[in-house]
Order: sequence, then structure tokens, then C-alpha cells
Amino acid sequence: MIDLSAYLKKMLSTSGLSGYEDPIRKIIREAWEPLTDELSLSRIGSLHGLKKGRGEEPRRRVLISAHMDAIGMMVTDIQDGLMRITGIGGIDHRILPGQPVIVHGREDLPGVVIQPPSFLLPKNAGTGPVAMKHLLVDVGLRQDDAAKKVRVGDLVSYAQEPIELTGDAMSGHTLDNRVSVAATTLCLEALQDRAHGWDVWAVASVQEEETLGGALTSPFDIRPDIAIVIDVCFAKGPEANDWRNLPFGKGVGLGYGPNIHPGLYDLFEKKAKALEIPYDRDLMPKMSGTDAMAVQIVAEGIPCAVLGIPLRYMHTPVETVSIKDIQRAGRLMAEVIADLGPDTLEQIRWEE
Amino acid sequence: MSKTTEMSTKYMPEIGDDQIHLLEKLCNATAVSGDEHEVRKIVLEEVKPIADDIRVDALGNVLARKLGKGEDRVRVMIAAHMDEIGFMIVKNHEGGLFEFVCVGGIDERQLPGKSVLVGRDHLPGVIGAKPIHMTTKKERGEKIPLSSMRIDLGPEAGDKVKEGDRATFATRFEVLGYSIRAKALDNRFGVATLIELLKHAPENIDLLAAFTVQEEVGLRGARVAAYAFDPDMAIAVDSTPAYDLPHWDDEDENVRYNTKLDGGPALYVMDSATIADRRLVKWLVETGEESSIPYQFRQPGGGGTDAGVIHKTRSGIPSISVSVPSRYAHTAAGIARRADWENTLRLLHAALGRVTPELLAGERRD
Repeated sequence: MIDLSAYLKKMLSTSGLSGYEDPIRKIIREAWEPLTDELSLSRIGSLHGLKKGRGEEPRRRVLISAHMDAIGMMVTDIQDGLMRITGIGGIDHRILPGQPVIVHGREDLPGVVIQPPSFLLPKNAGTGPVAMKHLLVDVGLRQDDAAKKVRVGDLVSYAQEPIELTGDAMSGHTLDNRVSVAATTLCLEALQDRAHGWDVWAVASVQEEETLGGALTSPFDIRPDIAIVIDVCFAKGPEANDWRNLPFGKGVGLGYGPNIHPGLYDLFEKKAKALEIPYDRDLMPKMSGTDAMAVQIVAEGIPCAVLGIPLRYMHTPVETVSIKDIQRAGRLMAEVIADLGPDTLEQIRWEE
Repeated sequence: MSKTTEMSTKYMPEIGDDQIHLLEKLCNATAVSGDEHEVRKIVLEEVKPIADDIRVDALGNVLARKLGKGEDRVRVMIAAHMDEIGFMIVKNHEGGLFEFVCVGGIDERQLPGKSVLVGRDHLPGVIGAKPIHMTTKKERGEKIPLSSMRIDLGPEAGDKVKEGDRATFATRFEVLGYSIRAKALDNRFGVATLIELLKHAPENIDLLAAFTVQEEVGLRGARVAAYAFDPDMAIAVDSTPAYDLPHWDDEDENVRYNTKLDGGPALYVMDSATIADRRLVKWLVETGEESSIPYQFRQPGGGGTDAGVIHKTRSGIPSISVSVPSRYAHTAAGIARRADWENTLRLLHAALGRVTPELLAGERRD
């Protein structure tokens, strides 16, 4: 059994911004190596782990897609030893001032995002939030040293340490979506002594936060019969209390909407009910904001389920999750997968 | 013994591992104005073995004296405030979510997405923000109001935190090459400097060390400390902002930098609360010149230090302020240069060694 908290902390302390996933892929590879029969890489860097089923060949395939990339920033300019930045993925500039970061220059340089005083900003900047293009990163270097160690295009990642809160909650950056990688790992672990019939393809996908590139390409290689997309979803919390938000720490989200095949939704709901795994229907009226948007339309189309781990403060460096929900998601996936049989596909169909 | 040899054996303060470790301990401690307990404890531990006498007064100031030898000793008060800006928990909203207010001058734009430590047990928590996915463009153009923010301590924090508990940014001290990144450099720089000066106090003066409380909320500690010490002169040792950053378009010159990193200790001629005693300005400038210690003038104008109340105590006390320049005061993480701190300590130590009754003998003028 992996030590979930330690594994998660290790993943959170490892960078892997969209398009630059190498560091985190290495950690995931180590964890999946003993849990899978084959590991391979897609042509754009997604990690594929195959755990073979026990059914007769040709076996059906289920794909689990958990994106491993993280949001972050990139250096656009260096002036007086300070770096100007732009965002990778959706970053609310209002959470950046005072944020500890690492500039990945010729060496890793710890620093902080700073908000210049108003007299150094354009006259119309006002007293509101400062635009990202006017924020700076200070790594404590003078101009000559900064110019030697940092170049335009270097990555900047969050450096907030993971924090254990009360009640089994953990806070940190990039819990979106390392919690889902962790849940997938738990699922693979749970399947070790289960006689599942289908082949299981675990995919740690790249570039979800920017291009959905991983989710569009891995399913093309693997051609699964069904796909489970696991990602974080919105938990209830301060300023987040409408229908889009699920209770915090009270169970997983089952995505419901056009990205999701209703037959596959039913399969998950029945299993959750049978095992008394708490869940909530996560309404996604137009789109899911996950890999499923891409997986669904690969090749001739793939039926998708979307599993969500409720998360507070998404895309901030203090994203907060309940450890219990990661365990629940891993268990639910494993139980659904273990039950996939020769005639399961027949059950996942459209009403006629 | 030749004069050269005598000079070379003279004590020259340095910022070594011990001093960095002391500053680290002080910065990582929590001491929000009105609850300076943790820093006071460190100060007492450090100062007790070296001071001639030491006491904690009615407001919580630590007042320590290191007496010199011989006659005509000038009684020099040095004040360094122990408190820092921070937060107070004001309402438990259930589910581990707590409403809070700021203590001291904090720009609320610095708060979303930060980690904090709450209460005497340093319970970790976070100040989150609504997911960007759920915000409108209009919302992103406006600052997140403090009243909507909560400190999240996890679902089971209910009985571990009380309304009234203080909190600070959770930033841990870090040395970044020749720089330092930490919270509360304002004013743990001053506290650490004063501890070092007490350890190596020159014998020509009586050093009256006031580690003060509540500077950030109204200079309250310094007022009563100055009354109690009734010194001949006073220095407030603090940390002042360096706004030495580029202008957004890289074209206009930044003429309001206040101070610059690498410029050495910042001498105050005037701020919004004090017009420095010109005799003391001259004394520090001459010390810097003659000892080849770099210094800079803080651009006259706003801001203030403990000197703001000290100079008006009793029948008046000639006062000046000296600060270690640091960037991003009153935010989660400041950045400063180790050399600026070392030069501040050196300038003050050298200047104290030159104090004689003649310094204040004349009228207050150049």
C-alpha cells in the first residue's frame, strides 16, 4: 500500500507545467511501474500504463485519463534583476502578489511574485488588482546575476509547501490534478488482486490546462471501449456555494451532462450506491472542463464517465481537498473496472 | 603596540551563521501587535545573560540596560519594535472557516491564496479565493474584498481556534544567496540588530535597549519606554521599504525609490512623524565616511518609526532613525540583502563607540 499523504506531497513538490511534464512523469512512472504490465509514452509525452485483464483476447479496454500537468507561469522579460511573467493555464492574477514561486532558470531559484507600488504602474492602473503583465518576480538577484541565470521562456512554478489541515484535509498547489493521479494509482493498486476481465490503460495525460493535447491523442493510440476521466471538481466553500459546488469532503462527484455517456454514468451511480460510497451528481450542462471534452470526440467517439474530487480554491496555490475523497474515487474506479465483463458494453447504450 | 594593530583587533560586527540563525528564529516567530509573546521570549533568552538589568514593563516592552564604564557616559536609548502586522480571528463561521481582520497596514490584495499560521500553536490554514472558472471578467478587475475572505483550517478546527486568536503569514525564513526572504523583516532586523549591539556594547555609553510593542498600531510601546528610560538621545532601528523597482514601461525613471537595496543602512532626515536631530544625522554620516561603511539617505517623506513618539517624550529627546532597507514590507515575503544588514550593524556599532557628551553639547543645529 502506498502512503497516500507522502506520495501526494512528493507529487506536489515536483514541477510539471503544461508542456513540460517530465519531472512529474518520472515520479508517476516510479509509482506505476510495479502496478502495471507495460509502460509507454505517447508521442507528446503522456504516460500510458497497461494492466492486462484476464479475459479472452481480444480484450475490451478501459482508459483512465488523469492529467498530470500543472498551471504556472513563464518569464517574458528581465529588468533590473526582476522577471516579468505570463500565465500558463488559467491563473487569476489577483492571487499572485506575495506568492512564493520557483523560477526554473539554469538552476532552480526560489523567489516571490511582487506587486509594484502604484507610482511605478500606468496612470490608469487604479487601486484595483494589478495586471499580470505588471507583476514582477524577485529571486533576490542583482541584474548581472539574474541575466546569467534566467532567460526569457524559463518556467515559473508555485512553491507553496503542502499543508495538512484539520479533519483529513490537505492544501497546496497543483492538487488539480495530482489528486486524480493519486486516485488512479490507488485504483491500480486495488486491482492488483482483482480478477478484472478488461485491459486497463491508465493515462497520465499532458497539457490539459492549455490544449487538451494529451486527451486528444492518447485515446487515439489506445482506442478504448470506454473512458473514465478523473479530475477535480468545485467544492463548496467561501464565495462558492451554488449548484456548481459539491459538499467538501462528503464524497466524489459523478459528472452529468453532454460530455458524459448516460449509460456509463448509471454504471458508476449503481456501483456507488451498492457500495455506499458517498457521491453527488455534478451537473455539467454544457461541458465538463476536463479531458473528457477531448476524449469523447477521439476517432469515432468514446463513451466517457467523469469522476470528480471536490476541491476548494481551484487554481490557487492553496487548493484544498479531503484525503477521504481521493480514496473514495480510487476505490469506486477499481470496483467499476473489476466488474467490467464481456457484456458490459451492451449495458452502456442509448435508449431506443 | 602600533595604532594599526590596535585597529585590527577592534571588534567589527559581522553577519555570520549565528546572526542569520537568530534572525531566522525571530522572523519565523509570531508577534502580531498586542501579542508579542513569542518574540519577547526569544529576546529575553538572548538578552538576560548579557544585560546588567532587564524587565518587562506594563505594556510588554522588554527594557534592558547595558552600562558602560567611566564618567560622563551618555545614556543612549535604542528602540526596535518587536511586533509585526498580521491578523485577528473575529468570527467562527463553522466548518473550519474563520472570518478575520488585519492588524496593522496590510494591502488586502496581498491576501488571497496565502497560507497562514493561527494562534499560539501555529495551526496551519489557508486564505483561498473563488476558482477563476467561476469568476466574471468584471470580478477579476476588482479586488477581492477582505470581508469575503476566510481562513480555512480544515473541517475539524472548531475547538482548536478561538475568536481573538492572532495569525500571521506562514512564510518560512530562507537565505537566497546574498539575499534573505522572510516575513516580518520589518522589524526583526531591528530586534536582531539591537540584540547584537547589546552583546557588543561599547563601554563609553549606557546602552538602554527598548524592544517595543505595538509600533504597527500606534507607536505605543516606544512612548512609555522612552519615558521610563529618560535617555539623553535615542535611535529607532527599523526596516524601511526599498521601492527600487523598474517603472512599468522601463522608460520613466523611478524617482520615488525611498531606499535602494545594496545602498547600506538608510538614515532618516525626515519622515511623517519625526524631523531627525541634525547633530545625530551628522554623527552617523561622519561615522560612515570615516569608517568607510556605506550608507544612504532614506528619501524624506512619509512613513514613521518609534522615533515619532520618543523625540516628544518628557522634555524632548534628540532622536534619529536608522533602517535596514528591505523590499515588500507588510506582505507575505520581504526580500533584503545580507550586506545591508551587516552595514547597518557596523555603522551603529561604530557610531556608538564615538558618542561623547560633546555630541549633544551644542544647540540643535548643523
